[in-house]
Amino acid sequence: MSFKKFNTIGVGVAFSPNLQANIFEAARLAVFLKCDLVLIHVGQENDNKKAIVEQHLNSFGAEKLNYRILFLPGNPVNVILTAIKENTIDLMVLGALKQENFFKYYLGSIARQITRQASCSILLLINPSVERVPCNHIVVNGLKDPKTKDTIQSAFFVGYKLKASKITVVEEVAQEEVNVKVDDDKTLRQSTIVRERLMMREKKRVEKLLREIPEVYSKDIVVKSQAIFGKRGYSIGHYAQIVRADLLVMNAPSKTSFWDRLFPHDIEHILGELPTDVLIIR
Amino acid sequence: MKQKNTIGETIASIPRNLFSGLVVSLIALPLSLGLAMACDAPPIAGVITSIVGGIVVAICGGSFVTISGPGKGLVGVVLVAVSTLGLNATFAAIISSGILLLILGYLRLGKLADYFPSSAIQGVLAAIGLIILGKQFHIMMGHKIERDNALEYLVAIPETIVHVLNVQDPGLVNASIAGVLSLLLMIFYSKIRNKYLQLVPAPMWIVIGSIGFSYYCELILKIPNPISEQYMMPSIPGLTEVVNDLPSPDFGLIGRVEFWSSVVALTLIASIESLLSIKAIDKLDPKKRRSNVNKDIKALGLATALSGFFGGLNVVTVIAPSSVNISNGGTNRFGNLFHAFFLTVFILLFNTELARIPLSALMAILVYTGYKLAAPKMLKRLFLIGKEQLIIFLSTLLVTLQVGLISGITAGLLATFLIHVVVNKSIVLFLKNLVKPNVLMYKEDSGNYFISVKHFCSFLNFNKLKDKLSVIPEQKDVIIDFTMCAFVDHSVMENLNDYQELFHKKGGTLEVIGLELLDANSGHPFALRRLLPLSNLINSGATKRENDLQDLGESFNLTFNNNKSVKNNELEKFIFFKTKKIDYTYNRLVNSDGSVSVFDISFSEGEFIAKEVIRSTMMYINTSSDIPEFALTKEGLLERLYALAGQKDINIPEFDDFSDRFYLIGDNPKKIRAFFTEKIVRFFESNPYYHVESNGSGLLVFSKERVAGVKEIKQMLDFGLRLQTQISKS
Repeated sequence: MSFKKFNTIGVGVAFSPNLQANIFEAARLAVFLKCDLVLIHVGQENDNKKAIVEQHLNSFGAEKLNYRILFLPGNPVNVILTAIKENTIDLMVLGALKQENFFKYYLGSIARQITRQASCSILLLINPSVERVPCNHIVVNGLKDPKTKDTIQSAFFVGYKLKASKITVVEEVAQEEVNVKVDDDKTLRQSTIVRERLMMREKKRVEKLLREIPEVYSKDIVVKSQAIFGKRGYSIGHYAQIVRADLLVMNAPSKTSFWDRLFPHDIEHILGELPTDVLIIR
Repeated sequence: MKQKNTIGETIASIPRNLFSGLVVSLIALPLSLGLAMACDAPPIAGVITSIVGGIVVAICGGSFVTISGPGKGLVGVVLVAVSTLGLNATFAAIISSGILLLILGYLRLGKLADYFPSSAIQGVLAAIGLIILGKQFHIMMGHKIERDNALEYLVAIPETIVHVLNVQDPGLVNASIAGVLSLLLMIFYSKIRNKYLQLVPAPMWIVIGSIGFSYYCELILKIPNPISEQYMMPSIPGLTEVVNDLPSPDFGLIGRVEFWSSVVALTLIASIESLLSIKAIDKLDPKKRRSNVNKDIKALGLATALSGFFGGLNVVTVIAPSSVNISNGGTNRFGNLFHAFFLTVFILLFNTELARIPLSALMAILVYTGYKLAAPKMLKRLFLIGKEQLIIFLSTLLVTLQVGLISGITAGLLATFLIHVVVNKSIVLFLKNLVKPNVLMYKEDSGNYFISVKHFCSFLNFNKLKDKLSVIPEQKDVIIDFTMCAFVDHSVMENLNDYQELFHKKGGTLEVIGLELLDANSGHPFALRRLLPLSNLINSGATKRENDLQDLGESFNLTFNNNKSVKNNELEKFIFFKTKKIDYTYNRLVNSDGSVSVFDISFSEGEFIAKEVIRSTMMYINTSSDIPEFALTKEGLLERLYALAGQKDINIPEFDDFSDRFYLIGDNPKKIRAFFTEKIVRFFESNPYYHVESNGSGLLVFSKERVAGVKEIKQMLDFGLRLQTQISKS
């Protein structure tokens, strides 16, 4: 099986100090994944701005790239969401903000809303950089979910294209699943056995998914699977931070309602504190 | 550990538990009588508590060697309940609190006590100690007085001493002499090493002594007891009278706030005291069993409800008798059952004799208990840990004495939280991250459990860490990493220390890493720690890991130095560090000739915003002989570690397995093949995996991109030292 996950990459263009880095990152990705690039600026068309963007693209080496620049006025969130649909963008690149004085990253409100509502995959970058930072280690979720198969395949596709050396598939075992309350030595032994069994089961499941990955994508990559115990959706970010992964690939959330924001789970936790670059597959 | 005892084993254990139960009942009898009287309840109430508690908890409980009975912590609360509600309504409150405890047990809220900062709990316990001491001191001195609150009783102590020195009535003088003598016995008992004296616990000596003295006066001197009648124990009813005169618990006040505040206070302090005792006793258990806390709470709740019905007090796990039980060979719950049995026997046979005990002598036991609970040593210890702990302790203590227990605990909680906010100069850290699942656990490939904690870890969210810790078998090796944590408080440090002891006792290890980056205000290992805005070069207060490394160094004949050093020229020659910047090395262990050193290292990859700081533990070996330059690593890791391309894996002929498992690169394949003799190859094959790089004159050895635990450092040292000899031989 050979598939091409992404065809068109979109990136928002705002005239901030990160402009060049954002354009370079998106352009580089478009070259690696052999995609078209759509640059979206929210605002009136302006020759001056267009010139600046094109200048950056040229300094990157725009000849390798098939790109369009769109100037669309209106509410940023709505404009970008419509642009995604109209231009059949299937991967949107968004930049994160860094907390003052800390090496902590979070998403601004616009990027957050786009992430929640967009119909395409989203790549959140914490450190857009003009120079290429190699992507060596990718962490991907191995949740028991119908979307996981697609997510893992996408991770391998991206890993192959970006020449990553290692992919770790993380299965999150929720405490509730162990279902044995540890009170004394006896229940402790029971829960240890149940936990080991769950880990085996998860490992088997992931192995099955991994077998379906085309060999071209996986032959140069070291694959590891790791079971972790924590909170679903949150702890995988924590893990990615510990192993200093370069990219975290995750399922898109099933739905995000008002309640999810009040009682955050899954993806909302990750948006609150980005552990590394995050790719959300839809 | 085998859980299931065969019936034979159980029967074989009966005699020793019978004996330990007897010894425990000897200490429990005077304590039960005294505590009940200190609560202004009839003395028999204490004994009823012990009997009911012993039977019920022995049958339904979840712990193994604990003894249950009336707790000293409850004195302050019951005293308030009796004075505001009256005795019968107090029994109703005790029954209600038993039911509440039972519900808590079913809801698995036994861990409630985890949410209280340890300095605040110490403060409450010290306050209760002072309440007991303050009130009973006057009775011990033969000078009964009435005051409004606990503080005033304490203030009146000098007044009582002056009064006693001037008193003329010989009955009162004798009462105070009996009290002071008993107190002296309590204080010096443990210091006198005499096997006959130590046969019977000190409180029982007081009971035996005073009964003996009373008979001596009556039968030989033929004079009435010289101690004033009003300072003698009131008569103790026999068992038949107890059963006939069951109190009628008065639930009339059930709609009142005072009633429920008593119930809540009783439940709170009963669960805290029991949990602390169970935790302490589990550490002493010779069979290293883990108590089922929730089951025990349920049993204590049931026992409390029954005890209140029979006219007894709250049943809690009592620490002093429990430790006596262990030291006298108690191994299972029969000890608790037999203690109840012997108490019943004592009351059946000797209830009239007990009235021969002078009150002042009995109260001396309580004064001593109260003093122990108030533990002035605690002040010094808390001062060493940090002045902020002292503030928390004292504010809890004073509010408890002046207002009451619930207010005291609340004050302690608030004080702790405020201090944490002030110390961190941030409330956002706590508010934003309070509900986040900040603890991650996974099993590393080596079989270790690794736990990483993010943001902050304090009494507010310690339960999350505890949940993870409690599911790890104590025979395993655990590493807790606080590198991503900005703040760790004293309660957590103290609790982790308990866990460390527990793991150590059961054959596992629990190591804490990442604390070196956090600054402490004092040199005590339990001090709270917070992240400094800049990584500083001055570090105050050694962490436990640093102390352990020091010890490790001594046993390996290495010198330990925890200063940060920025000069690391020999390391910069390694290819590994070509693309990385070494910030500093610290926690260095160096051998006598300087040829082997193990150190923590902080280095950074990338620059500016892409910069990432990494901390790891590495070893440097200076090889005397000239060796080829090479890097040996696991298949596939190479590109990640070295930003190199175009280097080919060098295969060593004849050793296919080795070539498959390891990735070997270097500029001079011929020289490298010559260096990897059979001995060296076998050495690498048969030892745990480490990444090894040679720069021609030295070796760099490391395994993980995180700071290693002490046990891992030991393994690494062992590996490195043997590798050094192996190389120098070839």
